[in-house]
Amino acid sequence: MTTIEHKAPRKSLWSKHKIFETNSIILVIGVLLVISVGGLVEIAPLFYLKNTIEKVEGMRPYTPLELAGRAIYVREGCYNCHSQMIRPLRDEVERYGHYSLAAESMYDKPFQWGSKRTGPDLARVGGKYSDEWQRAHLVDPRSLVPQSIMPGYPFLTKTELRFDDIADDLRANRGGGVPYTDEMIAQAASDLRAQATPDHPKTGELESRYPKVQARDFDGDPTRITEADALIAYLQVLGTLVDFKLYDNKANIR
Amino acid sequence: MPCSSGGTALSIIHFWALIFIYIWAGPHHLHYTALPDWAQTLGMTFSIMLWMPSWGGMINGIMTLSGAWDKLRTDPVLRLMVVSLAFYGMSTFEGPLMSIKAVNSLSHYTDWTIGHVHSGALGWVAYISFGAIYCLVPWLWNRKELYSLKLVNWHFWISTLGIVLYISAMWVSGILQGLMWRAYTSLGFLEYSFIETVAAMHPFYVIRALGGALFLAGALIMVFNVWMTITSGEPESAQDNAPLQPRLVPAE
Repeated sequence: MTTIEHKAPRKSLWSKHKIFETNSIILVIGVLLVISVGGLVEIAPLFYLKNTIEKVEGMRPYTPLELAGRAIYVREGCYNCHSQMIRPLRDEVERYGHYSLAAESMYDKPFQWGSKRTGPDLARVGGKYSDEWQRAHLVDPRSLVPQSIMPGYPFLTKTELRFDDIADDLRANRGGGVPYTDEMIAQAASDLRAQATPDHPKTGELESRYPKVQARDFDGDPTRITEADALIAYLQVLGTLVDFKLYDNKANIR
Repeated sequence: MPCSSGGTALSIIHFWALIFIYIWAGPHHLHYTALPDWAQTLGMTFSIMLWMPSWGGMINGIMTLSGAWDKLRTDPVLRLMVVSLAFYGMSTFEGPLMSIKAVNSLSHYTDWTIGHVHSGALGWVAYISFGAIYCLVPWLWNRKELYSLKLVNWHFWISTLGIVLYISAMWVSGILQGLMWRAYTSLGFLEYSFIETVAAMHPFYVIRALGGALFLAGALIMVFNVWMTITSGEPESAQDNAPLQPRLVPAE
């Protein structure tokens, strides 16, 4: 084997660079300094500029049942194939509805914008299909959409929802900035049951905490609260909280 | 031989320029989303700037072969490494192109992005890693040479064919689906339902699977070759390592 000889660097700036090549801690510090410039200029201001998230009416934190459904959405990796971010392009607005606002995902920790549409965007899927459609589609997508390549999730309707730790889930979200009150956290399990059970005596309380909440049996089995109840409740609320008849986009010009 | 390189100054500039600029480029994944426009534009600008240090590094790597291009014909390990640099150059040109907002409005959410990532992941990262493995294994296990250069050759051609099938399928499916999503009829209606655009992807996903299978097959050939090198290769004799002695010794 032959080796290509390194020319000895002239005594210059380049020879001083050796300190980065022979001392890993100094290299790490150098790298951190260099990347922090872009981070400070481009990322940090987004947390302080008021117009990063526009003001809208109607956004509220997820109910405990919706939050549990969202956890299943994340667990099953739905975000790998479905985006939740409608761009302000003519075809997207016609296909999916009003373009997404930053405020609409401000209570999503982490956000679910996604980056690939193997399936359609879901940012405004709430109310687009009935609960029965959603349930049948989750069990066997090809029973409703013959050409679909989505896997079936038949176990969701058979699996009881585990929600003994739902209050902790709300508390963790509050730690991330979602405005859950002490009362919401204390009543989390009760609110979850009230939303998934038809004619539950505490539905009124639930509505006072979470305006416009949709409380009913979602999975076709009123006797049990399953993972399908939670996931369908989540899907049915997506994109429905902001009333775009009242939304004034001129007020948010940035 | 292929495991050494020159051009220190250029590679130092390459390194620091890349890490300085790359952190600014993040918003190119979020064009036309609810991220503020100023951040999107800044991300696009710096993504285009990234083209220069990337190609500086690529050219530096390829010019390492100056005066030794004939070795490409005889040394398949070197060929893997040079092709990896070619893929690096290609995908670091494609990246700035895709970061332009008008292009991104078509490519985002489609397979074009997947193809771009794989030309970098399979073509650049995997190939340079394969080259390094072929170099390092004989050194680490003290072997004279690889078990078979012919198998390296097979690995190279099978996996190159696999990558080409894979990324071409993703280009066609990505651009096709992006155009179908925004197609209008003469009456001004959206021409295709979403599921029609999914069904149109089918042949390209078959080609993609074939490409991926070929790439995997190439990697398995490498595993076999490495295994045979370690278990049955001829050890490098101590004599080979001895310092060279002059053949003719002057008479006393």
